[in-house]
Amino acid sequence: MEDRMVITRLERLRRPAPAAVLPAVLRDTGLADGYVRRASGAGGIFVAFNDEGISAVKLGDDPVAFEEEFEEEFGRPAVPAARLPARLARRLDKALATGRAAGVPFDFGGLTEFQRAVLRKTAEIPPGEVRPYGWIAREIGRPGAVRAVGSALNRNPIPVLIPCHRVVKSDGHVGQYAYGPAVKRALLAAEGLDPEYVESLADRGVRYTGTTSTHIYCLPTCGHAQRTKRENVVEFRSAGEAADAGYRPCMVCRPAAA
Amino acid sequence: MGMMSTDLARDLRAAFPDFVRAHQDGVFSAALAMTRHYHDAEEITQETFVRAYRALGGYEPQRIRELRAKPWLAQIALNLVRNRARSAGRRPQTAPLEFDVAGPAGDPADRLGDEEVWRERLARLPADQAVAVVLRHVWSLGYAELAEALSVPEGTAKARVSRGLDRLRELMATEPVEVT
Repeated sequence: MEDRMVITRLERLRRPAPAAVLPAVLRDTGLADGYVRRASGAGGIFVAFNDEGISAVKLGDDPVAFEEEFEEEFGRPAVPAARLPARLARRLDKALATGRAAGVPFDFGGLTEFQRAVLRKTAEIPPGEVRPYGWIAREIGRPGAVRAVGSALNRNPIPVLIPCHRVVKSDGHVGQYAYGPAVKRALLAAEGLDPEYVESLADRGVRYTGTTSTHIYCLPTCGHAQRTKRENVVEFRSAGEAADAGYRPCMVCRPAAA
Repeated sequence: MGMMSTDLARDLRAAFPDFVRAHQDGVFSAALAMTRHYHDAEEITQETFVRAYRALGGYEPQRIRELRAKPWLAQIALNLVRNRARSAGRRPQTAPLEFDVAGPAGDPADRLGDEEVWRERLARLPADQAVAVVLRHVWSLGYAELAEALSVPEGTAKARVSRGLDRLRELMATEPVEVT
């Protein structure tokens, strides 16, 4: 009888485990990716990570929607993490601040070698500049795979950080984006590139710009081209036109096949 | 429990989250009763399952199927509790217990006080009795499971619980808490 009373008191010491236990266990065992929140030029983003590095970025504000999309796409859950490992956090925040992802480890698990090559090349495009799909295809040694480059970028698991918004149509128009063209333009504008400028060149059929003083021609948003004074800029509609005018391609943006 | 071990043996990755869900409250309650420290108990619970997962990854399916979850987890958790007590030395209770979740019905303030008194009484038992009482009545291991967790014969396990309960009754009689 008295034992029963003691036992009742002991049973009242039962407590539900804190809600953070399960996510932390799944994260520590590699059964789930962790995720954190960051800001971007197009609003808030969720950044997922695991022991390999950053595994996914998604724009949005709804963590439940993010978790559902992540699990559907990757076949494992993503759980909220209080913070990133310090080293990863430093690299991520530097990449988000500078627009340059060099040094950020990525988890490309589940991607083909072709997709990885496309994403690595895309990560080399400097902020505030754009390159056509065909440029990526050529740079990775698959000049015929322009459409495949487009679909690989459309399924980029790590947008913003791997800047597929800096890849434009081969005619120079800004083109489509997984989150819609308005978001693509917002991301470019946040990097200091005026999307209207890019569109106006494309509308006029201008594919390259040359500098009269150096006789070098570039893709129009190449850092070198953008630094050229307006009165020294000459516009070309094709690489042939530039070559005929005695211009040679820029070594930095490599505007056309050698 | 048998079902769960079968699932773990078949697909550890897929079944492990449910394994954690099924046992985390028991591990946490026992760890809290023994450490009397919310964050220590949380860390011990977390680490218990991380170690469990790593161990299961190295077991043959047959061994996982034969595993009895509660005694096995209890042994991992008890090791962590002992290690922590050893490394902390005679660390005083610094922070008061804080709970981010409501307990069963009743006035939370009164209940918290009452429960802390009982955790403190447990701390005054001989260690082997306290552990036996907590695993049996806070975590609710059966006697066979308790014997396995403590690596003692079932009679010994029963005797420890019984002596622990006797001692708690004496403590209750000498300094009663309000009876509800």
